[in-house]
Amino acid sequence: MDTVVKPQYNDGVVKAFTLAAIVFLVLGTFFGTYAASELAWPFLNFDTAEITFGRLRVIHTNTVIYAFGGNVLMATAFYIVQRTNGRPLYSNKLAWVQFFAFQAGLLLAVITLALGMSQAKEYHELEWPLDIAVALVWVLFTFNFTMTIAERDKQKVPHIYVANWFFFGLLIMVTYLWVLNALSVPVSLFRSYSLFSGVQDAMIQWWWGHNAVGFFLTAGFLGIMYYFVPKQAQRPIYSYRLSVIHFWSLMFGYVWLGAHHLQYTALPDWVGSLGAVISLAMIIPSWGGALNGMLTLSGAWDRLRTDYILRFLIMSLAFYAMSTFEGPVMAAKSVNALSHYTDWTIGHVHSGALGWVAMVSIGAVYHMTMKLWKTEMYSMSLINFHFWLATIGTVFYIVAMWVSGIMQGLMWRAYDDYGTLAYTFAESVAAMHPYYVMRAIGGILFTAGAAVMLYNMIMTIRMANARQTQLAHA
Amino acid sequence: MAAQKPKNLQEWFEQNVFALMFGTALAVSVASIVEIVPLFYLDNTYEHTAKDESGNLKSPELLWDRGEKRLFYKDEAGNWASDWKAGDGVRPFTPLELAGKDIYMREHCMYCHSQMIRPFRDERERYGHYSLGTESIYDHPFQWGSKRTGPDLARVGGKFSNEWHYMHLMRPQALVPESVMPAYPWLAENSIENDFFNTKRDMKARLEAMRLMGVPYTQEDIDNANEHIKGYTEMDAIIAYMQVLGTMVKLDDNKVYRE
Repeated sequence: MDTVVKPQYNDGVVKAFTLAAIVFLVLGTFFGTYAASELAWPFLNFDTAEITFGRLRVIHTNTVIYAFGGNVLMATAFYIVQRTNGRPLYSNKLAWVQFFAFQAGLLLAVITLALGMSQAKEYHELEWPLDIAVALVWVLFTFNFTMTIAERDKQKVPHIYVANWFFFGLLIMVTYLWVLNALSVPVSLFRSYSLFSGVQDAMIQWWWGHNAVGFFLTAGFLGIMYYFVPKQAQRPIYSYRLSVIHFWSLMFGYVWLGAHHLQYTALPDWVGSLGAVISLAMIIPSWGGALNGMLTLSGAWDRLRTDYILRFLIMSLAFYAMSTFEGPVMAAKSVNALSHYTDWTIGHVHSGALGWVAMVSIGAVYHMTMKLWKTEMYSMSLINFHFWLATIGTVFYIVAMWVSGIMQGLMWRAYDDYGTLAYTFAESVAAMHPYYVMRAIGGILFTAGAAVMLYNMIMTIRMANARQTQLAHA
Repeated sequence: MAAQKPKNLQEWFEQNVFALMFGTALAVSVASIVEIVPLFYLDNTYEHTAKDESGNLKSPELLWDRGEKRLFYKDEAGNWASDWKAGDGVRPFTPLELAGKDIYMREHCMYCHSQMIRPFRDERERYGHYSLGTESIYDHPFQWGSKRTGPDLARVGGKFSNEWHYMHLMRPQALVPESVMPAYPWLAENSIENDFFNTKRDMKARLEAMRLMGVPYTQEDIDNANEHIKGYTEMDAIIAYMQVLGTMVKLDDNKVYRE
């Protein structure tokens, strides 16, 4: 038998992860917008413990990073690994177990964080029972992904495609980081204390913190970029050699950066300086990667005019290039002295999170939706509308934070003619009000875009299902 | 195309998924080892263990020399007292302060308030002497924070009265009109003896866990830990915690604690 049989993919579970991702995108950006509004108008806290800024901020970060980001990564990883290895998943059953366990964990995360159960480590707040549960889900994910590649037909697919390498970096490093940073001694079901203290705890926390950005929010999403940009542009990736360099320098280099979060603190100076120097060097691989994606479009740039999905993907690379330039600048000690502790940091995170992570995910999800449900989108003009809402919302957000951050930094260190501090802290808080309002507006625009996307997806799926039924009756 | 013998390392990684896994794990481990491991054995990670050129400790006075002294006890009038005085050196938190830190962590105060003063002139004038690593050796986890939506709290202890803190936490805008801080009225209603779902807040277990990790509590401290938080509210506890911040060490402006 020599006929080419198209492999049967396990797309049911990919569909489930994809939908869950967009539902959480709407929820997560809504929580964020509400938390931002609380800083502009504090009465919105309504003296209610569960929604005060301190707790809602954490619910927001956990929802967007783990619920939205995690679901996107799981959807795309399973989508890509099947297609690049020409075979179904190693275990479809385990993938479904992973799906339900992960969603249950996320639901419990939102509830426990609202109640105030927290390890109080930034981006790693979940208390130990949930912490362990998430680690197990992650190991399950890693196992299924790895075995799918290991069991591929090596005659047909001798090489592992580049997108998968980046997913590997994500899977391995996040397991490593999550486990080490979570080491703690439980004192009750709802409370544990970090095993480390002081300087070591700070270093391990930011080693985790920056690599959560570098691996969870970058490596995995670069895997997405390396698959979906060439697919959507219908061209091969610009340079294979560049992607090899991009991969290994990212794996080796990113891990050093955490220390730049602790400059001028009680962390010994050598660690912070080391972190800053390598941060600067990281511009090269990051820009190499961004160019690799963008140049894939060489000779096909005109498609940006008509292909709205490609617009999301290319805009995301522009933001990736922008924030990977901004990051090293902020890591330089003299800039960090001004920017640290200010809103500039928040703006930087969001230019990466909204501009890069969310946009590349949105592009990939639109692409996948059409392939998975074998249909056109319900409305292309709504995608274009979403693109502008997301772009303008992101720009509003980061411009507001640049201005407020730099202003804060300058006000705190300003002296008057008599050599005394020019402003009280409260004056700097009052000066932030207009920018906090502007940020909230940016958030509303971005959230509205996410809601438009969810609507468009639901209508697309309904349309596809109706057509299926018609075909079945015909 | 059939599988061929790999021509170089990269080809080997691309053909063998387990080799790729191993290579990646190796690449990400280097920085982790170089930047983190030395912090556990180098003397100058903390100021109280840093040595000068002749090998003598430079600032051993930063740590409380406890000896037979008591961290907390009930005096004849039935009030809680301590043999430690502000400035005697870094000591473990009392059970009430530690319970207050639990509340501080539950409400995520550290997302808006740092506890880490940097060595700049303006920060010195606004908040006080720059923070030392030694000041957070008993902080499991550390609470340095990363953002100042509100001011730094590393040396807030003793700067305001307990009554000021109470009124401020009940309604921040009543004292600081520009403030964007939420109000925390529930702290005054909840007993610190209760934990989530009305379970008991077991300070004994907490101190034992801390001792396991090297915080020098005595058996007596542990035995009396639950007694020490009796009758207080969450508000009392968090104020007790804030009032000790930055007061443990007396710092000499002319001394260089850190290079």
